[in-house]
Amino acid sequence: MKTLETLELTSAQLDALTEIGNIGAGHAATVLAQLLGERITITVPKVSIVPIARAHEIVGEIEAVVVGIYLRVYGDAPGSILYLFPRQSAMELVDIMVGRKVGTTSLLREYEQSALKEIGNILTGAFLYALANFTGLAMLPSVPAYAMDMAGAILGTVLLEMGTVSDYALAIETDFLTKHQESRGHFFLLPDPGTLDVLLNAIGVGPGCSK
Amino acid sequence: MFEVIRVGMGEYAIGRAPGQFLSLGLGSCVCVTFYDPALKLGGMVHIMLPDSGAARGAEINPTKFADTAIPFMISEMEKSGASRERLVVKMVGGAQMFSTLEKGHETIGARNVAAVEEALRQAGLTVTAKSVGGTSGKSVCFDLETGEIRIRTIQVESMPL
Repeated sequence: MKTLETLELTSAQLDALTEIGNIGAGHAATVLAQLLGERITITVPKVSIVPIARAHEIVGEIEAVVVGIYLRVYGDAPGSILYLFPRQSAMELVDIMVGRKVGTTSLLREYEQSALKEIGNILTGAFLYALANFTGLAMLPSVPAYAMDMAGAILGTVLLEMGTVSDYALAIETDFLTKHQESRGHFFLLPDPGTLDVLLNAIGVGPGCSK
Repeated sequence: MFEVIRVGMGEYAIGRAPGQFLSLGLGSCVCVTFYDPALKLGGMVHIMLPDSGAARGAEINPTKFADTAIPFMISEMEKSGASRERLVVKMVGGAQMFSTLEKGHETIGARNVAAVEEALRQAGLTVTAKSVGGTSGKSVCFDLETGEIRIRTIQVESMPL
């Protein structure tokens, strides 16, 4: 099995992974917009292979307080999905979702946590649906898990599983913004070791595809 | 020269005063520090996983796994002149960040803590101070002048009952 350590992606493969991110995140953003009744903008996905020792720095400030919603993906292409929202943005999302005036929520109690987990559920469902249609692979999400803590501690914990095999992680990352420009979130798709080849093969650019 | 060195996941640092070693945003990882007060010589390692047997690759990074990191650090400290008898060992981390996913079986954080303690016991060392487990991420600052360890956690809100 190829580990990410020795991995070199061709530009066609990088494009394909970016497209996977685009299709999935685009679909998820549409659903989020419908859920919140607001326009959602997403950035072009960034595909990066990062050393695990430095991976938590891709979230910016390691000690920034963020809300993390984490789901496992089961099926043909196992992996992890992680949403990181700056704490302020998470509270604004809750306000918009439950119909409060933006700025009302100041505590993330069980009710608010549940609303954020539901956002993670809905986004992931939309993302995986689009990805499954595009690749023909079967994928199912776990129930979402919630944490509020330092960005580095949350991302680091999620990355641990990949760390057993490789010193590198592959992240497909998108930012999305509401019309309140300050409400933003990061989305990470972290394929398990081995899943990358499955994804690339499914769209015809993998090592198992002869030209 | 006073140096502040960041020790990332799976990394380590060894050095003499003056200076500080930092491990920021520890979740289920465990940070272990070693200090020889006579030399003001310190070492810090940021361990990610309990057991190097889980790594299938031929070449492993010894400071990533508890079972290999502890002997590696002790040997590196001794190479720098430290005496095993004087070593002061402290550990921080091993939290459970997400509650719902790991119900029913031991968390990776708890397994990391247990593996570090076992490796230290095999090396004949005991932990003099620790802050492990729980559900909060932590940042660790290790002052090589005093050997003192300081811990930061986030404090954003007080929860009403």
